[in-house]
Amino acid sequence: MKISLRREQHLELYYYMKLNRALEEQMVRLFRQNKIVGGLYSSLGQEAISVGTAYALEPRDWLAPMIRNIGALLVKGFKPRDILTQHMAKYTSPTLGKDGTSHFGDLKVRHVVSPISMLGDLIPVMTGIAMAGSYLGQKIVAMTWIGDGGTSTGAFHEGINLAAVQKAALVCIIENNQWAYSTPVRRQVPTQDLADRAKAYGIPSYVVDGNDVVSVYQVSKEAVERCRSGQGPILIEAKTMRMKGHAQHDAAEYVPKAMFEYWKARDPLDRYEKHLTASKLWDAQTKAEIDARIERELQEDLEFAESSPLPPPELVEQGVYCEGCHTIEPDWQRPKEELVPPKSRVAAVWEVEGFGAFEKREEPAAAAKHSTVLASGDGRRHPAQPSARKGKAAKTPARNKVRR
Amino acid sequence: MLEAIRQALFEEMERDPAVVLLGEDVGVYGGAFKVTAGLLERFGWERVIDTPISETAIVGAAVGMSYLGLRPVAEMQFIDFIACCFNQLTNFAAKSHYRWGAPVPMVVRGPSGGGVHGGPFHSANPEMYFVHTPGLKVVYPSTAYDAKGLLKSAIRDNNPVLFFEHKFLYRRVKEELPSGDYTVPLGKAVVRREGRDLTMVSYAAMMHTSMEAAEVLAKEGIEAEVIDLRTLLPLDRETLLASVKKTNKILVVHEDTRTGGIAGEIAALVCEGAFEDLDGPVLRVTSLDTPVPYSPPLEERFLPDVQRVAAAARDLARY
Repeated sequence: MKISLRREQHLELYYYMKLNRALEEQMVRLFRQNKIVGGLYSSLGQEAISVGTAYALEPRDWLAPMIRNIGALLVKGFKPRDILTQHMAKYTSPTLGKDGTSHFGDLKVRHVVSPISMLGDLIPVMTGIAMAGSYLGQKIVAMTWIGDGGTSTGAFHEGINLAAVQKAALVCIIENNQWAYSTPVRRQVPTQDLADRAKAYGIPSYVVDGNDVVSVYQVSKEAVERCRSGQGPILIEAKTMRMKGHAQHDAAEYVPKAMFEYWKARDPLDRYEKHLTASKLWDAQTKAEIDARIERELQEDLEFAESSPLPPPELVEQGVYCEGCHTIEPDWQRPKEELVPPKSRVAAVWEVEGFGAFEKREEPAAAAKHSTVLASGDGRRHPAQPSARKGKAAKTPARNKVRR
Repeated sequence: MLEAIRQALFEEMERDPAVVLLGEDVGVYGGAFKVTAGLLERFGWERVIDTPISETAIVGAAVGMSYLGLRPVAEMQFIDFIACCFNQLTNFAAKSHYRWGAPVPMVVRGPSGGGVHGGPFHSANPEMYFVHTPGLKVVYPSTAYDAKGLLKSAIRDNNPVLFFEHKFLYRRVKEELPSGDYTVPLGKAVVRREGRDLTMVSYAAMMHTSMEAAEVLAKEGIEAEVIDLRTLLPLDRETLLASVKKTNKILVVHEDTRTGGIAGEIAALVCEGAFEDLDGPVLRVTSLDTPVPYSPPLEERFLPDVQRVAAAARDLARY
């Protein structure tokens, strides 16, 4: 699949990456002024992943960010003021001050699910969104992220596995930033590529240079459209580096200095700016215009956030339960009649093709092997495990197809 | 009672295609206790979903489905396994509406309770972990009529509801149910037996034990009022206090273990709301503070019984 970007899309990618970075720089200043209420997490050096992946989604699609995916929230339509007010615990924030950071969402318009702090739990939730989307006939894709550390949770495994057996339209991006707080990835996972975990679920995966926004976008776009066509979930590993500590309080002295230097020379924003210049996609004036727009927007939203009030204390007791404040009605994009008798009737029997017998099969093709650090360019596609299988037994039993 | 629960699921699925079931062996097999028998045949593979053995994924997927407006009913094969998805329930589902205004219309149901020699992992009463979690609702019926009506209310509710089904009652509690649709409201206790001498508060299987004890006491001239809580969260404070104001004495009976059981909470709210009306201490009869043991003589010692409930009631009545 050849995926290309128009000039204005190239510029939009720059806009979001730069906005992501400038917004976080602004928040670091606020943190130092004691205006951020809790912790502050940085996605410095990882902006290409948040932006490039989310940019592959359509408005009807769903995403759930992790703590370092502010860029994805911006792409999905949230504004800097939403993120600023969240961090400053203001009454004008999307959660009215009840939660902070990127812990907010929007069910109705932007289709964003709020994360929780426990890693991995978004994956089954987004699997459920994909399953419900398919059930309602919506043809949506659900996307979420997980860190290298988060792939060790049980929820990650349970969620991806359920998505795989249900052929749910889930794109899960493993953002391998090399560090789970202070523990390097090799001490967490013994495989060279975290994307190799996909083999255990019989699903396709990609490994991509996470500091190259165009590659990230292209791989994501291909994955999103494969998912939408009903092929089941896809895992993408994006290799990158967390350029700060776990959060502001952490000086990250456990990271070898040379490692920071290596990755600093591969900064995604610098690289993309050079790419835009070399490809003659912009000139100095275009860049200056975009930068000025970002500065203006940030300034406006900063003023809004700073002048916003904190929530009134009595808010604390409100909203624990939905007591009729929401009307819940699914957006049906298929006839309901298919899902009620008589049309819904089935014979409740399993078909077990091949009876699970031992069967010799070829080892997965050598193409599955790849080097740890991929050069810039298209992501490498891992072959899906089932496609390596030969013979009739690899086919999906007809009866199970009904379940899609 | 089992058939009443099955009917509730059947009727709600018939009424609303947004209602879907998921869980381990709920489809072709019809569930470990056959609560979902026949539902796959009628409603199809998309609405009755056999899942991997992944309680976190089951509940997580149900949360996700609810965000798109579905009303999933997730089964725990035994409620003991709800411990495996504690995080999804207490951190994801329970906090969702409060944090970001996203309602989670979902039910997690499953067979609970002891008395069937299921041992430490198939007999639990884990309700209080969740009664301590704002944002959840916790329902634990004792009759077939209530089980059906409460499950329907739970499915129609816009919040995550945990629905405990006492497996000892599945095939022991039998009654004629009215034909046609009815619901029983969440959060409302019911007075099962009127009495003037003391109040006995209970729920689920222990409600029946309490009723039997009340019959024994009646022969001795002690008239106990028996309250069936039905919903543990939110707790029906009004019904409890009104009864205590009438009888001036209260005994709480639960199958859950003693420390941290709902008796402690009820004792506190009675002290806060009706201290002046009390003529005696708030007493409780509960299971012992141990895991649920396997061997019959051990489990019999572990569980409250009619004799122990009656003895505690006699002690209280003497004040």
